[in-house]
Amino acid sequence: MAPGTISLTLKVWRQAGPDQPGRFETYRAERIPTDISFLEMLDIVNDGLEREGKDPIAFDHDCREGICGSCGAVVNGRPHGPRKATTLCQLHMREFKDGETLVIEPFRAKAFPVVKDLVVDRSAFDRIIQAGGYVSVRTGQAPEANSIPVPKHRADRAMDAAQCIGCGACVAACPNASASLFTAAKIVQLAMLPQGHPERTRRVVAMVQAMDREGFGSCSKQYECEAVCPKEIKVENITLMNREYLRALVRED
Amino acid sequence: MLDARVPKGPLPEKWTRCQFDMKLVNPSNRRKYTVIVVGTGLAGSSASATLAELGYNVKTFCLNDTPRRAHSIAAQGGINAAKNYQNDGDSVYRLFYDTIKGGDYRSREANVYRLAEISVKIIDHCVAQGVPFAREYGGLLDNRSFGGAQVSRTFYARGQTGQQLLLGAYGALMKEVNAGRAKVFPRREMMDLIVANGRAVGIVVRNMVTGALEAHLADAVVLASGGYGNVFFLSTNGRSCNVSAAWRCYQRGAFFANPCLTQIHPTCIPVHGELQSKLTLMSESLRNDGRIWVSRQPGDTRHPNDIPEAERYYYLEERYPSFGNLVPRDVASRNAKQVCDAGLGVRGGNAVYLDFRDAITREGEAVIRERYGNLFDMYERITGVDPYKEPMTIFPAIHYTMGGLWVDYHLMSTIPGLFVLGEANFSDHGANRLGASALMQGLADGYFIIPYTMGHYLATTGPAKTREDAPEVREALESAEVRIRKLMSIRGKRTVNEMHRRLGLLLWDKCGMARNERGLREALEEIPAIREEFWNNVNIPGETGTFNQVLERAMRVADFMEFAELMVRDALERRESCGGHFREEYQTEDGEAKRDDENFAHVAAWEYAGPDAAPRRHVEPLVFEEVKPSQRSYK
Repeated sequence: MAPGTISLTLKVWRQAGPDQPGRFETYRAERIPTDISFLEMLDIVNDGLEREGKDPIAFDHDCREGICGSCGAVVNGRPHGPRKATTLCQLHMREFKDGETLVIEPFRAKAFPVVKDLVVDRSAFDRIIQAGGYVSVRTGQAPEANSIPVPKHRADRAMDAAQCIGCGACVAACPNASASLFTAAKIVQLAMLPQGHPERTRRVVAMVQAMDREGFGSCSKQYECEAVCPKEIKVENITLMNREYLRALVRED
Repeated sequence: MLDARVPKGPLPEKWTRCQFDMKLVNPSNRRKYTVIVVGTGLAGSSASATLAELGYNVKTFCLNDTPRRAHSIAAQGGINAAKNYQNDGDSVYRLFYDTIKGGDYRSREANVYRLAEISVKIIDHCVAQGVPFAREYGGLLDNRSFGGAQVSRTFYARGQTGQQLLLGAYGALMKEVNAGRAKVFPRREMMDLIVANGRAVGIVVRNMVTGALEAHLADAVVLASGGYGNVFFLSTNGRSCNVSAAWRCYQRGAFFANPCLTQIHPTCIPVHGELQSKLTLMSESLRNDGRIWVSRQPGDTRHPNDIPEAERYYYLEERYPSFGNLVPRDVASRNAKQVCDAGLGVRGGNAVYLDFRDAITREGEAVIRERYGNLFDMYERITGVDPYKEPMTIFPAIHYTMGGLWVDYHLMSTIPGLFVLGEANFSDHGANRLGASALMQGLADGYFIIPYTMGHYLATTGPAKTREDAPEVREALESAEVRIRKLMSIRGKRTVNEMHRRLGLLLWDKCGMARNERGLREALEEIPAIREEFWNNVNIPGETGTFNQVLERAMRVADFMEFAELMVRDALERRESCGGHFREEYQTEDGEAKRDDENFAHVAAWEYAGPDAAPRRHVEPLVFEEVKPSQRSYK
């Protein structure tokens, strides 16, 4: 083995389409430099498959710097792999040992049908946001930016929640396939800011309903979502979302 | 021939006058018009949302699985606006002046002034959307100085400003989807522009899941498909960023302006090996506190922490005492190349140090962590080195493309009804873009310019009335199908990536940070050979009518192979140095870019002349009424 390289066995979920049966296929990833990323390792495996005229493993990816939220797969049972606070594209092969076997599968949830191999359809997230994950301001209406001061600690908390990249790892990690962490992150971001207040009540009700409608499960506080979130979004956001929801039930503003 | 439609009157009044002079579409008539928007980055999403708010029927297309993932999301540092909240001497005029100067006097004055003017409204709007910008303890917005500016005019949301602004625009678009005025078509790749009766009336897209080709018709088309940095193979762009949509428009008659003007960003993580798939940018906000240096000893193999102060060469601070580490991007990049070419790079290679030791000593680790924590973490994840303990290593990489489709003051291309926004157009950044100005431009175009100019266009030209069975629609569908079939039938031996890498290395070598006549001529010889090999020997496994990521890549690379030639040709014809375009034959005695205002104070706009003919070069002279072009100096 060349220095700074490892060889691995991959068991990868292959599925031609949403209605096709899937199965695990085994591949060898030989002499993988440890300073490349997980997706670059998949590139190498795919390169070999392409050269053999075989269909490469499909996976979503784009920015490859951990911010677009496109990539993600479950590696050895853990969404985005073993390293905390890291997307799959930012996971580097130095996290693995020579000779290891990696089981790689898509983010699984009823609301995330498989498109192909590791690619899933996460458009349910868009529909949750469509239900109310915004401030209804039209271009041109805004007042002067500094006319409404926002205490720094509230702006910081809004930013903590706003960092969500919409990757869906929280759903994949949850035994109930709940989208609570994703939904709560947007609700809390806007609840922390005065700009979000006029629609606060309507927003939480509409978004929670949309989440249920899409077939995501309920939150039973397992904390699995927080553990795998690449942006370290905290479960306390779900608590706050529930409080917002209760508040909405007793108020009509 | 090229009429930029710049309004008459004094610079500060042009946009106001233009807005008044433009025709309006009656609110109840707007829903009768359909507008297609291609791309969902800052420009595309903001345009889609705003046009839909006005009542137009908007159809928005993107190649990602959701509009929230476009590569605007990766912009880290911030967004400029002439708010002068810091009372440090900023103004609309100063932002305008800095942008013109920073662009090395190769942009259009009227456009840049309008951009500076609109910048303040962008911040108002984004705050109202709930974008969590950084704030001070008093609850008001915080600013920082950024990339070559001597005032603090940059608004930011930690190191994720692009993400937060994009999610704001995405939210606004989702609001309009919910209201039924906008419809999003994800996982669609634009294959062609449909032109009928001399105007843009629709697009052909490929459904990336089923492989089906679809024609969509409209009364106007907005192209916001980003830049072409990936022509270099390795860049900081997202992997799917491509020139294909713009290239198809070029082939349908839209002029391509200044393709040779590309920006090399000074602070990226250095290339580590052959298998690398992309380069990662570290926000240049790091240059506010980090000091850039190399060892004075060529090929120094010592650990950076063991190199004593006296042997460290802080080359930017020494060469540019008044701007120091904050010189504009083109200057910082070129100097990094020079010291590395002289053998002074880290361990003799292509990298320089970006060191936070002094900032940590001065301000404490906690303050530095608060400012740059996520960037430091990212660096550590990628390299395995802890930048709190030893300097980062950085090197320039392709990051942004100033060139793009030619547009007039209305952001309309040479094809009536085809508007081009954001990085896909060429207009505002001249030969070099200032840091934190891309986000500003994308949002200015989408939120505040296109709603006016689109209304004027539709009010003056009326509906397109193209039918789905029109010959132009059939022809566009067929040509897409023929191209795909041809690619799939090659079944050769080379992989798409292999061919793309070969093209990219050639361009980086001959048309990258420094260019010269001989190299450019060599590239012009070599590109057709690479292209020929691609069309004869590339291998695309799988089928057309399915989710086929290799085919997607192959189609983009095929277009890069053609586009590269235009870029090199443009670089060859521009016999001067300006901004990011450094022609080695044209430099001052101390190695700075030497412009030739007498012969090259113009935009070069290229017209497609068919597959076997050389493109025609047109010229839009740049007239400077307000600012007098001078040799840029950051000494």
